Amino acid sequence: MLNKTPFWKYILVIFVVGITALYAMPNIYGEDHAIQISASNNATVSEELKTSIERSLKDKGIEIKGIELENERILVRLLDSDTQLVARELIDSTLDNDDYVVAMNLAPDTPDWLEAFGANPMKLGLDLRGGVHFLMEVDMNSATTKAYEDVVGDFKLQLREERIFYRTVVQNADSVDVIFRDADMLEKAQFYLRNQFGNLSITERDDLTLRATFLEARLAEIRDAAVKQNVTIIRSRINQLGVAEPLVQKQGQERIVVQLPGIQDTAKAKEILNATATLEFRMLDEKSDVRDALRGRAPAGSEVIYHKNGQPYLLKKQVMLTGSHIIDANSGVDQYGVPNVSIDLDAKGGAKWSKATKENIKKPMATVFIEYKTTGERDVNDKLVFEKKEEIISVATIQGQLGSSFQITGLDSPTEARELSLLLRAGALIAPIQIVEERTVGPSLGKENIELGMTAIIWGLAAVLVFMLIYYRAFGVIANIALVLNLVMIIGIMSMIPGATLTLPGMAGIVLTVGMAVDANVLIFERIREELRDGRSPQQSIHFGYDSAFSTILDANITTFIAGLILFAVGTGPIKGFSITLMIGIATSMFTAIIVTRVLVNSIWGGRRVTKLAI
Amino acid sequence: MGFQLLKLNETINFMKLRVPAMIFSTLLIIGSIVSLGVNQLNWGLDFTGGTLIEVGYEQSADLESIRAQMLDAGYTDAVVQNFGSSQDVLIRLAPREGVKAVDIGDQVMVTLRADGTKVDMRRIEFVGPNVGDELTEQGGLAMLVALICILIYVAMRFEYRFALGSVAALAHDVILTLGLFSVLQLEFDLTVLAAVLAVIGYSLNDTIVVSDRIRENFRKIRKAEPIEIINISLTQTLNRTIITSLTTILVLIALFYKGGALIHGFATALLFGVFIGTYSSVYIASAVGLALGISRDDLIPTEIEKEGEDLDPL
Repeated sequence: MLNKTPFWKYILVIFVVGITALYAMPNIYGEDHAIQISASNNATVSEELKTSIERSLKDKGIEIKGIELENERILVRLLDSDTQLVARELIDSTLDNDDYVVAMNLAPDTPDWLEAFGANPMKLGLDLRGGVHFLMEVDMNSATTKAYEDVVGDFKLQLREERIFYRTVVQNADSVDVIFRDADMLEKAQFYLRNQFGNLSITERDDLTLRATFLEARLAEIRDAAVKQNVTIIRSRINQLGVAEPLVQKQGQERIVVQLPGIQDTAKAKEILNATATLEFRMLDEKSDVRDALRGRAPAGSEVIYHKNGQPYLLKKQVMLTGSHIIDANSGVDQYGVPNVSIDLDAKGGAKWSKATKENIKKPMATVFIEYKTTGERDVNDKLVFEKKEEIISVATIQGQLGSSFQITGLDSPTEARELSLLLRAGALIAPIQIVEERTVGPSLGKENIELGMTAIIWGLAAVLVFMLIYYRAFGVIANIALVLNLVMIIGIMSMIPGATLTLPGMAGIVLTVGMAVDANVLIFERIREELRDGRSPQQSIHFGYDSAFSTILDANITTFIAGLILFAVGTGPIKGFSITLMIGIATSMFTAIIVTRVLVNSIWGGRRVTKLAI
Repeated sequence: MGFQLLKLNETINFMKLRVPAMIFSTLLIIGSIVSLGVNQLNWGLDFTGGTLIEVGYEQSADLESIRAQMLDAGYTDAVVQNFGSSQDVLIRLAPREGVKAVDIGDQVMVTLRADGTKVDMRRIEFVGPNVGDELTEQGGLAMLVALICILIYVAMRFEYRFALGSVAALAHDVILTLGLFSVLQLEFDLTVLAAVLAVIGYSLNDTIVVSDRIRENFRKIRKAEPIEIINISLTQTLNRTIITSLTTILVLIALFYKGGALIHGFATALLFGVFIGTYSSVYIASAVGLALGISRDDLIPTEIEKEGEDLDPL
């Protein structure tokens, strides 16, 4: 008999190996030290900006490898990390910090023709490239407490309006009690509240008390909103840090993962993440002149605050309402196409607001955004110095008495409306956050880890290659080809999967895979030897060897794969990295060790009469 | 044919030693459990919570003066030791109450740099106490789920006696590996946990290969006692078992010596696990199967007569 490979199998092998090798290629080219400039506010990055940056770098004698403008950002490629630092400082000082984010980055040096296929190098985990990983936990208790506070306000207001008399409304840790004087009122209230508050469960208790608790669905909503809001706020704050590829992601029910690759100053990162932004509504002081105030003659109860467009305004110091009462803010357009922002306040805020606006109809009001930003300096205790930054984001005239739901108009564009609503939401932090896990890897360790991982892979691979060559001779060469292809395929697939990152444990997984991947070939080759010993012809031995080893290999690999899958499902961070490479390694090693070697064996020995096998 | 590790013309009577092997394993398991009870595991930061700071000095670090520096700054519980090389220092701090725990890492860096020494921040890890508890729970759960899933798969593909035999072997490997870490008081962190799960994968791989051959031989060889069949199967697969263990151990040695200090625990667990896994697939899995009474009748239901026939030969 002869061992022949069907034509489609050649095609399959060439196709699969070709594709994965193509996608593995960008990893050879390495990365450039680069500076990334992107616009943060109203500014845009343009060709002119690109030329001006190029010119100013050249004037200072900084040699650049390339500069490109794509995806709304400018990327300046530099020769090494030292010039990267110098260039960053230079660009940072020439550009307005509020308009542009200047970040250091590592940009893959993938040739254009490869990029055209969408091929990119593997993403490296923080343990390999350096950076900070934070796990932040949203304080859900304060989110629900705040929600119950609103319920207390709503109950009081609405029961009063309905002329249902109660003795008192008490807020507990996770419920609200309404206590009545007589059963009649309780009855009435129970009927009314059940109708009005669909998302509360209202139960009657002893001693004339109604207890209201949130339904599970509403609680889930509150938690979800608290996390989402924090994610939005963290994202906007990270822009200040100048991180090239930040990751902010919800994890589980109440946690947020923040990853900042390449960050050097972790203290700064932490303080910025923990800083708070607030919002205040204040009336304009129309009795005095802004120009007098600018000359230092501001009246006692007023102060000058600048609008973000640069215009100064004189505001009363008294705050009518703070942003903490804002529940939600959304931008939209009215029926005439005029942009607006609608705001919802909580019950307490609504009552306060209603009273304040009643007294100030037809008067101008300013919305002030307050943020605490670091100045980059440190005080005597080596704590970062924070600067309170106040900025008017809108000035509007109060048209009438406003309730807990109202609109701000007089905005220039839908974009402005959208930005304002975002800022308003940011001012209303429902639940504070706390860092529960931090993993920081310095840049030097990251670099070292890559080198260590690479050395381990190379040594491990070399040892196995030599062993297989000595032990199985010609067939060993084939197993070795399969092993190297296996490595290329792992790298190719890791580069293709968008979410996969290579970590140090992941590299350990690759090393382990190298050792275990030859198992399939050992099984096959030992079978072939057995068959030969039993007196079968070489061709028959090859055929039966592959056939009978197949189900064993399959079973053995599936069970290991199960272990990998469970690791992936329950594991976090480093464990996930390990399990990904382990699973990919199992899949690719099955392909290379069974199909690729068979194709090779068949095309070398399969088509002719063979009397002896070098195995 | 090329040279072979073992020229096996005769069947080795592995099962002759099954009683001493069982006693040996039982003793080791008891020892491990006692040590786990008394010494417990040296849980790493991932599980206990706390702060860990790795710093690099330009010259060999003076641990005594670092300890003094830490003590002066009020970190009375700081554990200071070398990590990997004499220039690298690892400082551990137990979890503390209060939100400010997050800032400890940066404060320690300030303390160490106070006298003007150049100190390179290599790594800061902070794990809150709750996170640690969750990880411990998750880790234990992962191990259990893995064992159960594997039990189900093997029971479906083979037979429940094989499944019990292989899971007994896996439990044996896991307990002994944990025992080793407990006796030597090696740090048990997340990567070691991953290694232990990889040991499960490896040992299983081995056990499956042996079980597969046992099943095949039960069908092929009609006139033989179960104990003989097992001996024949073990002998036939012995070469493969040794070669695969050898290549795996080769790469693990490379990992141990070249992979750096962060990977040491991982490599140690796997190296030990591969040894013990190879042994257990020979003695534990088969011997348990034998004790439970595997016989030919259980393995020859006609429908699965030719396993893998429905799959295309590759």
